[in-house]
Amino acid sequence: MLQRRGRTLGFALGTVGAAALTAGLCSAAFAEWKPQKPIEFVVMAGKGGGADKAVRFMQSIIAKEKLAPVPVIPVNKPGGSGAEALVYMKGKKGDDHTIMFTLNSFYTTPLRQPALGVDITEFTPVMRMAEDTFCLWVNTDKKDINSVDDFVKAAKAAGKKWIMAGTGKASEDNLLTDYLNTTYGLDMKYVPYKGGGKVAKELAGNNANSTVNNPSEQEPFYKTGDAKNKTKPLACFTPEPIYDGVPTFKDLGKDFVYFMQRSVVGAPGMSAEAAAYYQDLFTKVFNSKDWQNYRTKKKLQGEALSGDKLMAYWKHENEVHEGMLKEMGAIK
Amino acid sequence: MFEILGLLVQGFGVALQPFNLMLIILGCGVGLFIGAMPGLGSVNGVAILLPLTFLVPPDGAIIFLAAIYYGAMYGGAVSSILLGIPGASTAVATTFDGRPLAKQGLADKALTTAALASFVGGTISVILFTFFAPPLAHVALTFGAPEEFSLMMLAFATFVGLGGDDIAKTIFSICIGLVLAAVGLDIMSGAPRLIFGDLPGFMHGINFLVLAIGIYGIGEMLWTVEENARAGGKSMLSEANMTWERTKKNVSEFTGTWKITSLSSVLGYFVGILPAAGATPGSLMAYGIAKQMVKNPEKFGKGAIEGVAAPEAANNAASTGSMLPMLTLGIPGSPTTAILLGGMVIWGLEPGPRLFSSNPDFVWGLIASLYAANVFALILNVLLIPAFIWVLKLPFTILAPIILTLCLVGGYAPTQDMHDLWLMLVFGIVGYLLRKLDYPVAPAVLAIVLGPLAEPSLRQSLLISGGDPMIFFNRPYSGPIMVVALILLFMPAFFMAYRLIRGGRPGNATSGV
Repeated sequence: MLQRRGRTLGFALGTVGAAALTAGLCSAAFAEWKPQKPIEFVVMAGKGGGADKAVRFMQSIIAKEKLAPVPVIPVNKPGGSGAEALVYMKGKKGDDHTIMFTLNSFYTTPLRQPALGVDITEFTPVMRMAEDTFCLWVNTDKKDINSVDDFVKAAKAAGKKWIMAGTGKASEDNLLTDYLNTTYGLDMKYVPYKGGGKVAKELAGNNANSTVNNPSEQEPFYKTGDAKNKTKPLACFTPEPIYDGVPTFKDLGKDFVYFMQRSVVGAPGMSAEAAAYYQDLFTKVFNSKDWQNYRTKKKLQGEALSGDKLMAYWKHENEVHEGMLKEMGAIK
Repeated sequence: MFEILGLLVQGFGVALQPFNLMLIILGCGVGLFIGAMPGLGSVNGVAILLPLTFLVPPDGAIIFLAAIYYGAMYGGAVSSILLGIPGASTAVATTFDGRPLAKQGLADKALTTAALASFVGGTISVILFTFFAPPLAHVALTFGAPEEFSLMMLAFATFVGLGGDDIAKTIFSICIGLVLAAVGLDIMSGAPRLIFGDLPGFMHGINFLVLAIGIYGIGEMLWTVEENARAGGKSMLSEANMTWERTKKNVSEFTGTWKITSLSSVLGYFVGILPAAGATPGSLMAYGIAKQMVKNPEKFGKGAIEGVAAPEAANNAASTGSMLPMLTLGIPGSPTTAILLGGMVIWGLEPGPRLFSSNPDFVWGLIASLYAANVFALILNVLLIPAFIWVLKLPFTILAPIILTLCLVGGYAPTQDMHDLWLMLVFGIVGYLLRKLDYPVAPAVLAIVLGPLAEPSLRQSLLISGGDPMIFFNRPYSGPIMVVALILLFMPAFFMAYRLIRGGRPGNATSGV
């Protein structure tokens, strides 16, 4: 394909060739735009966390399949539940070479900290790569807790002494804990830790009573049918069951489903050509065998969404989160 | 026992395949370079090279990355000793005595000691790893927030209680470090703290490297400029030679530290196993304890080889130790192992309690490769010592701009924010003035490294217990650690009280310490 733009004939031929080649994949009008320098891929979390691992995995897919003519460089901006990353992206207005990988802190952090002046509708939607799932977990030593009912009974009896470990304050885990407290009339104490891996370990080591961890984070200590499991799921916050014999909260009569988005976002005011390029790039990543395997293995759900559909999804989720945060008293 | 040896032999079969052996040597070389360059460090090195590793099979990939991690631990000592700039937090304690040795023209001695101690630490810890992985994984699992905080208290206590210097000044320095560590967004609630009105540069907190490079790198430079002016522009950064005779003497002096080196190795290994602690607290504690064990602790900080051997043995041992929770629990023991863990997922492995049985070739190949990596890192490091020393022979007027450039790059790299460079220059000047006034600066650096580890564990513990501090005392692991920490912390006060009661001459009382 076109490597470097020639001045005359080469340019014309190249454009035609490139357009012909990519016509089937994306809108031919945008095919001309290509990144001119390395792409900065901002991560809203620290090195080694779930989001960071996913970004480095996508980076390796792009490099392996030679999907981009320039390198993709992950940059970690972990401060303040994504505040640092969001402010950084805001400052990159109009930049065609900066993209970001987001979580739900994409909604909650600007909602909780209006002083940041971040309006997420200004960001350029690129592609939703997956939605991560959540389940309620307890330690396998708790032989008498095998269902949500048992869990509610035990947690009620323990009152404030029941420790729910999660990642960060006013995070996804905190929202879910709050949901459980309100719905079942519990008084569990939420203790924030750094990262889902740490949370999983606290539960496995009996330093916490329960978690609402992502399966991908908790699975080092759980495998269906393994006698050596240290932790076990009681129910999941998904529309469809993840594990055989483990119900969803929907099955239990609660109309509640919760996901964490894992989406790629472009800098605000990115040119339409660049946005189209990244949408095409991440469609290829999404469809790659490696990413599909990763999705299965990590129990990820949610189809690919891009452009206006992704923006509509953000607006909806933003409203949902605003409601949840108001209910838990984190915002007015 | 025999089963383990059989598996290990099988592991060597993997590690010593020509291709994997080549990866080990290459990895050690790359690691040595990355570790020696201030601001790069093993975390960044491993993160940058991670995407390259899908070109080789998983066992080759982890062997390569582990060799980099290992080589970087050896290399970290090089810039600490030669330039006085710790390239990574794990090498901070090595500057305390390594740098003075280099200034006395004994850089070769410091470098040889560091290389040999790293080798001993690395080897002892791999042996421990080989035979005691599963039971120790269980201990690591039960380690919760209270235990972590007690351990951090112990690390602080080894510095205050064994300080011996002016204790009031040591505590003052620790407090300054703790305040700097608190800057930035609160780890628990996300609320900004101490950000000077609204300076965005403080949002991400003050990186340890900004303080350490400021105080040691820039501060050291100012110090040398002053000396240079006094010496009429003739002084050099340091002088050293490496001859056969000197090397023999260095090695024999190192063997005299065997007690401290082996104790530090074991200590470093155990601290490394504990999730989230990593190699830094281990090396700092080893330094503190070594100071307690030697006959003449006043030499510490002025160029004692025990002060180089202890932290270097401990940080290499800890880097092996931190692989244990990574492999057995799927929890990183240090920031670098967090990246390695991500790599293992990319290669299609499932780190966790099942890894040992599902992928024995991978696990034992990695363990065997650590034995080999130790040998090659040692050989490479020793062969390169003459080259390192040659750098020191450059005149100060050439070396100074190079060091300053390295300092600036090193300070910029972690956060990529100009704000940090200005901050680093301020720390350099303040650090220089503090040293003029005889304030120890090492405790401040210790505090900024350990503060962010200690604070969340303290708050988590108190949240769990509902504010009751007894949680630190009535748990089986936390209790004894906390008691030892408190005894160490208040030891100087006890001695002072003892002296007052006896009314004896202060000079005599210290001989008992």
